[in-house]
Amino acid sequence: MEFLVEFPSMGSQDLRDLKKFIDLSFRNFSREYGGGIEAFFEPLLLFLVWFEKLLISAPWPIIIIVVSCLAWAGSKSMLTVLGAVLSFLVIGYLGMWRDTMSTLAIISVATFLCIAIGLPLGVLMARSNRMQSLVTPILDIMQTIPSFVYLIPVVMLLGIGKVPGLIAVCIYAIPPIVRLTNLGLRLVNKEVLEAADAFGATDLQKLFGIQIPLALPTIFAGINQTIMMSLAMVVIAAMIGVQGLGQPVLRAISNQYLALGLMNGLAIVAIAIIFDRISQKFGRRLQKHSDMNNAN
Amino acid sequence: MQTKIKVELKSLYKIFGAKPDEMISRVKLGASKAQLLENYGHVLALNNINLSIYSQKIHVVMGLSGSGKSTLIRHINRLIEPTSGSILFDDNDILGMNSIELRKFRRFKASMVFQNFSLLPHRTVEQNISYGMLIQGLESDKLNRDTAKWIKRVDLTGFEKYYPVQLSGGMQQRVGIARALATDSQVLLMDEPFSALDPLIRKDMQDVLLGLQRELSKTIVFITHDLDEALRLGDAITILKDGRIVQTGSSQDIILQPADRYVAEFTKDINRGRMIKIGSIMDKKRDAAGPELDKNLSIDQALQIIDREGVSEASVSSKKNIIGTVTLSSMIRALGKPSENNPLDPSGANFVGYDKEP
Repeated sequence: MEFLVEFPSMGSQDLRDLKKFIDLSFRNFSREYGGGIEAFFEPLLLFLVWFEKLLISAPWPIIIIVVSCLAWAGSKSMLTVLGAVLSFLVIGYLGMWRDTMSTLAIISVATFLCIAIGLPLGVLMARSNRMQSLVTPILDIMQTIPSFVYLIPVVMLLGIGKVPGLIAVCIYAIPPIVRLTNLGLRLVNKEVLEAADAFGATDLQKLFGIQIPLALPTIFAGINQTIMMSLAMVVIAAMIGVQGLGQPVLRAISNQYLALGLMNGLAIVAIAIIFDRISQKFGRRLQKHSDMNNAN
Repeated sequence: MQTKIKVELKSLYKIFGAKPDEMISRVKLGASKAQLLENYGHVLALNNINLSIYSQKIHVVMGLSGSGKSTLIRHINRLIEPTSGSILFDDNDILGMNSIELRKFRRFKASMVFQNFSLLPHRTVEQNISYGMLIQGLESDKLNRDTAKWIKRVDLTGFEKYYPVQLSGGMQQRVGIARALATDSQVLLMDEPFSALDPLIRKDMQDVLLGLQRELSKTIVFITHDLDEALRLGDAITILKDGRIVQTGSSQDIILQPADRYVAEFTKDINRGRMIKIGSIMDKKRDAAGPELDKNLSIDQALQIIDREGVSEASVSSKKNIIGTVTLSSMIRALGKPSENNPLDPSGANFVGYDKEP
């Protein structure tokens, strides 16, 4: 009876040994290669530091002008521009300017990295079913595994700082762009591709001339999600030393500062909404060819 | 008049399924489409197709859905690979081409028009029309000039910057036709190009095509399921059933000498008076007393003239030369449907002067 009630586990001694073995081998691995990996990410770190400094040291009116130009270019909507400018003014007035610039820096770089890696990966997935069945479970793991779990090896390898934070953000934020690039490309009408074949188009001509342009609205939905998810990671990234709006939120949690937590939290929300609206409206404008009313 | 063979399909087979190569021997031993599907789960799409498509003619391939006609046309530019057989284009073996040669062939030799237009939705009318030329790598000067020419030729002036969704079906297919013609290829593959259009527009488009053909003399392979369309456009017509060719001939052949009951059934509801030309039913005697009628007149037209003149027979002429005779009674006999019992003998119409020219 005892056998059925008590699950026949491998025994606490063996289990301890197994865990010890895994920990030890990873520690050895990071001792061996940690330096090399750090050196590999060095240029990324330099760029991130440079970009953050640029945003922080730039005069605030210039940042606001750049943001409003970006908002206008993306959304072509005066309301969005007004909302963006107002949000940044309030954020600055409440003393969160510097942290906001740090956060902007890391999510910009993270988004850029995610696009640079995720877009080609999505294209590869769309072109090969084997690639799709290989990558999909990895994306599933990346999206569902608790972020703290992958923070451990990242920190063991690279220590505390900006680069491990950036990597953590990317692991969390890259799946949507990969998935939606794959989906968008696969949804392109087969008949249109057949027509391109009939006219003798090469694979590259089809990819860049037809598939990507037609998938762009879907790809943009992916980019939008990637931005949103990287913003959601700001607080967790702060736990491993990333500067920005996450730091005061963490301080607020440990010290029960309600106002501090609320302000910085709302600043993250404001940035999220601004970028969401800009990228969504831009994505929608990319579909003008399928919209009969505003095509002219 | 002997014209050149442009495209030739020789004992072409296409079997869809997991192991087409194993099935081919069964088919060659006589397994039918139904047997192959029932016993082996393979679809016999094309069964021993032998077809010669003549240069500068419109060759219509007609059949009901599932007869394999869309599969057939896709073999000519190898959008579908055959299971066995050969395809010659100007006596060159298309199946022997590698992928680079094949792309070149598709760019310059054969262009295609599709049933659902298959326009590129993100490109404007002019960008669609220029697509083939873009792929050909034409310099932009010539490309722009040709695009403008074709926009004008298919009556889409003013719509250059429109996207396909903003156009009606007929206009979209004119873009499709212009896109195909703009590549200046000699062969035009048209896969049910007008089937998605409503009947009035379809008739307009047939006129557009015939007008273009008079001017350009392309070799056109035209797929349709509509007999009227086939008779109207086809210099030659091939009727396909269950992946097999039932009959190939001119419209007059199809109407007057249906190869079997299936073809006869197809043609039984057509307007014979308007479709049959007197040249196809004339007698070779040249001693008629009546007026001189051109051999391409329909029975309806000839009957009207004979009635007006109050005679009972007329001479048939080709380019002002008398070549035969039609009588009132032979014309009336030809109007009758082929008899039910023997579709191969369409009610005793006189075939002596039967015109072989497509």
